[in-house]
Amino acid sequence: MLSAVWLIPALPLLGALLLLVFGRKLGEPWSGVLATLMVAGSFVAGVVTFLGLLDRPAEERQFLFHVFDWLPVGGFNVDIGFLVDPLSMTMVLFVTGVGALIHLYSIGYMHGDRGYPRFFLYLNLFAFSMLMLVLGDNLLVTFLGWEGVGACSYFLISFWFEKMPNAVAGKKAFVTNRIGDWGYMLGMFLTFTTLGSITYFAKDGSGFLQHASGLTGVTATAIALLLFVGAAGKSAQLPLYVWLPDAMAGPTPVSALIHAATMVTSGVYLMVRVSPVLAQSYHWAPQVIAWIGAITALFAATVAVSQRDIKKVLAYSTVSQLGYMFLAVGSGAYVAAIFHMVTHAFFKALLFLGSGSVIHGMHDEQDMRFMGALRKLMPITASTFIVGWLAIAGVPPFAGFWSKDEILLSAWGNNKALWAIGLVTALLTAYYMSRQVFMVFFGEPRWDQAHHVAGEAEQSAAAVDDERTDVAHGVAVDEHPAPTPHESPWTMWVPLVVLAVLAVLGGGLNLPFNHDVSFLANWLEPVVHATEVVPDVATATKVGLAVVAIIAALAGIALAAAVYLKQRVRAVEPELLLHAYHYDDALAAFFGGPGEALAEGTAMADKLVIDGAVNGAGTLVRAGGSRLRVVQTGYVRNYALGIAGGAVLALGWFLVRAGL
Amino acid sequence: MNVPEWWYLVLSAVLFSLGALGLLIRRNPLVMFMCVELMLNAVNLTFVTFSRSLNDIGGQVVVFFVLVVAAAEVTVGLGIIVSILRRKPGTTADDLSLLKG
Amino acid sequence: MTAALLFAQVEKVATPKLDWAATAPLLILCGAALLLLLISSLTTSRPARGTYAVITVLASAFAIGTAGVLWARVTDAERGAFTTAAGALTVDGFSVFFIVVISLGIALSALLADDYLRRENLDGPELYVLMLLSGAGGIVMAMANDLIVVFLGLETLSIALYVMAGFNRRRAESRESAMKYFVLGAFSSAFLLYGIAFIYGATGSTNLGDIAGFLNANTLEHTGLLLGGFALLLVGFGFKASAVPFHVWTPDVYQGAPTPVTAFMASASKAAAFAALLRVFVSTFAEYRLDWQPLIWGIAVLTLVVGSVLAIVQTDVKRMMAYSSISHAGFILVGVQAATAQGVSAALFYVLSYTFMIVGTFGVATLVSGKGDEHHGLEAYRGLSRRRPGLALTFTVFLLAQAGVPLTSGFLAKFYVIGAAVDAHSYALALIAMLSSVVSAFLYLRIVVAMYMTDEEGAEPGPRVRVPLGAGVALGLAVAFTVVVGILPQQVVHWADRAIPVVLASGR
Repeated sequence: MLSAVWLIPALPLLGALLLLVFGRKLGEPWSGVLATLMVAGSFVAGVVTFLGLLDRPAEERQFLFHVFDWLPVGGFNVDIGFLVDPLSMTMVLFVTGVGALIHLYSIGYMHGDRGYPRFFLYLNLFAFSMLMLVLGDNLLVTFLGWEGVGACSYFLISFWFEKMPNAVAGKKAFVTNRIGDWGYMLGMFLTFTTLGSITYFAKDGSGFLQHASGLTGVTATAIALLLFVGAAGKSAQLPLYVWLPDAMAGPTPVSALIHAATMVTSGVYLMVRVSPVLAQSYHWAPQVIAWIGAITALFAATVAVSQRDIKKVLAYSTVSQLGYMFLAVGSGAYVAAIFHMVTHAFFKALLFLGSGSVIHGMHDEQDMRFMGALRKLMPITASTFIVGWLAIAGVPPFAGFWSKDEILLSAWGNNKALWAIGLVTALLTAYYMSRQVFMVFFGEPRWDQAHHVAGEAEQSAAAVDDERTDVAHGVAVDEHPAPTPHESPWTMWVPLVVLAVLAVLGGGLNLPFNHDVSFLANWLEPVVHATEVVPDVATATKVGLAVVAIIAALAGIALAAAVYLKQRVRAVEPELLLHAYHYDDALAAFFGGPGEALAEGTAMADKLVIDGAVNGAGTLVRAGGSRLRVVQTGYVRNYALGIAGGAVLALGWFLVRAGL
Repeated sequence: MNVPEWWYLVLSAVLFSLGALGLLIRRNPLVMFMCVELMLNAVNLTFVTFSRSLNDIGGQVVVFFVLVVAAAEVTVGLGIIVSILRRKPGTTADDLSLLKG
Repeated sequence: MTAALLFAQVEKVATPKLDWAATAPLLILCGAALLLLLISSLTTSRPARGTYAVITVLASAFAIGTAGVLWARVTDAERGAFTTAAGALTVDGFSVFFIVVISLGIALSALLADDYLRRENLDGPELYVLMLLSGAGGIVMAMANDLIVVFLGLETLSIALYVMAGFNRRRAESRESAMKYFVLGAFSSAFLLYGIAFIYGATGSTNLGDIAGFLNANTLEHTGLLLGGFALLLVGFGFKASAVPFHVWTPDVYQGAPTPVTAFMASASKAAAFAALLRVFVSTFAEYRLDWQPLIWGIAVLTLVVGSVLAIVQTDVKRMMAYSSISHAGFILVGVQAATAQGVSAALFYVLSYTFMIVGTFGVATLVSGKGDEHHGLEAYRGLSRRRPGLALTFTVFLLAQAGVPLTSGFLAKFYVIGAAVDAHSYALALIAMLSSVVSAFLYLRIVVAMYMTDEEGAEPGPRVRVPLGAGVALGLAVAFTVVVGILPQQVVHWADRAIPVVLASGR
């Protein structure tokens, strides 16, 4: 049964190849159906392999599948092979499972697009690369998948090549990822030189993770941090996260699959995979990771508060949630990181697909200010979205609560300050997500006012989005009456329902009550037992922390309700909420005034500093190039002078060497 | 008269440098090319000097090879220079700067 | 009486023994060149289309075939490497490897030239003759076991190239590039020759085997002459390999020369330069590694940085690729700098994969440029994916390979070179090499984006692009190699590992 593992990546690859050859002929919808079936088949193969692994006793749950010798390095070969263990199977199951749902969703979402078969070709290629990434039995195969998902991400962001912002965003993703790859490659080379191997586990015990304990602190720290640079690039952590919000220019299913559920979590996967190295590094190295994670989480959450584009909110939210995962990794809570990764994949994919359904129903409107009261017109989308919201906000018993709680617990065990940051982030998360839900699904319908509001919007800060909106609306309103939102076809809402169920029940994967129901922890135990840090916290404290977290979540929701639903509340019970109203006024003032300024400030800082740094590096290179260019005068005598000068320098060097 | 070996070496170095300088300074393609010839012959002088001092015939044989190569270069070089001068008489090396950047 | 005496003396002249099998690739290439000249001067009617190109390709294929036979001989444990022609030529795995690389360069460029020459009304055997002779010169450089033979090979290679650069004599750019290449080439080869003279003065020989033997056996009291010779040799080799600061000619000449000739320059000529550099420095002067390594280090850094940074600001694709070829030279130098067996085999792997990539790249440029060899701007590539999806995909493969994206041979080439540098503890250089690949990724991306960005308002579609048979075959081969070796590099790595240069004493 375990040998079925090769089918897992092979099926999407086959799908991609078939689409490459027959894509045009298949057309719509058959190319989409084919791609979906391939990924679904891959999921089935994953389940079969999973059952095979489950059949074995816990300590023997590791299976190496050799495909072929790839390239000789030094005295031995790096092979293409798969490592089947609880960690990789967990990843495989949710990548293929969520992936199949998103494929299905795309059949409806991409309806009528010119590049329909091409889109599914990339999607299948992406699934293949992602599976290579998680299944690879050495750093190089993982890197192969790493680059592959990056390239597919780039292609998919730039999917509508005609749109300039897409091409630019794609470029930015490509370049930032290259910086991350640079760290990854250095880490890989360093691993190879110091440990003589880049294979995780080998049958003969020569895998580098098997003798990571022999590493010195310096080397282990260097390797861990270099790989973390790679992980930070791929998983959009500070300061390399810039590409992710821009990447939202791509089609929504792409945002859901690549930029929420799978690819961006591969950095977390990598860090968990090399946790033995992390365990050998200096004490401060994991702390660096934890702090970067925590700061990213907080930072992105504050930015999310002021976003107007429905997808941008979710994008920053993803960055923030990824920060949580790194906080867990840095605190040694690898199980919690993986747990949150899985639940996050469920509810964030759900939210993205839900937002896609909204955008679809709103005829490509993405500005939340022009939505409202959609729950009546899009009941399924609305109810599933609400499930996703409660899950991400951390309301029990939804999935997000359990995983976030574990991360906060490990943060508490690590450093109280980290916990505090995590808690504030949790509150902000609940706040901005509620804000989004209220703006989109509740309140007054505003989609017909878009034309009026558009004029005001020009003064707003989010210039790029608004301009686009204006243009779209100028055309739409002049020629047609404002379109009425409508519910999406079944291919789109079925995945929503499935994901919603998962978002409700996902917490059941790992319940904290006793050892027997901690399924995920038990399952992953053989992989992380040596490195997992179990926070030493009394049960009473645990319960107390959970209660505090729930209060934070509810407080966030309440705040948002007070701010964004206040008229509605006042209409029902004006007397009772009089005080709340004053409070609410202050809050509204705060969030409308200094608070919003703060949030906008971080957004501006993001635009100016980080974007500026990325663009600035580019500008610097270009400026340098333009300067240097002057040397290339076109005059042959100047060239000869260059050569003669070089000769004189070389001679000078050697004469100094010779001691003259 | 017995001239020390290093005199020849210095002379050839001076000739080589003169050739190189000439190429850098002069603008007429033909003269530039003659400067290259000067450089090659300076090297020939070096070879012969070493050949004498090492008492090895190899160095002198090299000179013949170099002469042949120089002759071949002349053939091709003149061809190229003439083909340019024929299109635009009086062209100098500095007039050829279409390609740059 | 006197006549008899004279006769007796003549009989005593010892002619060097020549191993005909070992020189067969050279003889085939030169013979084919003569054959082409004969055909064109003896026949009155024009031969069928493509005859000359076919003969050239066949000759290269034969050369590769004989090289295969030689390979079996030199890698045989009992026979091994040997010298021939009185110690002037070495026949070892290294020579054979470069015979193959350079012959491939000739064959692929000839395939590109076939249609190009007809298109530009330049049809005739001359370009092929020059290409074959120039390639033979490059092979002599790679096989040379004597500095003077290196020089002769280099001159044979260069003199033919000067003419080839100016081959499209109706284009001012072509004439100018020939002139520049000629002046600077002659200039730099004078330096090279002077360097040889220095080495000769310091060691008493020009034979590489004897030099290595001398340097191993003796400790020089004054190393000035020897090291001065190193510097001057580096100028000569650096010039041919387009290493900064001796690269100045590269952008102009690559841009101005007819595009198939550029392909040849970038592949065969550069390969020959690295062959000489590797054999002379890494093998022969191994004893003085610590003296020349730092200089190569500096040159490699400059080459990497200047190549990729200047490439970014270009708008002419041909020129951009010229700069990118400079930065590739930097990568190969990273392997040279390691000065280990691993570094050499990494450099060899790089040279071979690079040959296919760059010929393919300039091959696409040849086709896109259209009649007159004029359309090289980025705008000519805009929307190529619509007009010629296959060609655009092909070009994308080459560009991604040049950027070092995995599953292409370009990735492995960079991987091995950087791995060798890390292994030789040149961490800083490895870092810079990686950074430069990050920077240059951007420029390849620019072209890819241009090709796939379509229907921009106001932009008129580029010229119609035809893909003739010869060029199609060349591009197909290049893509196949780039992808297949990217996935299954084993055999090629195995070859590169066994092609480490050997320095043999002349045996006189």
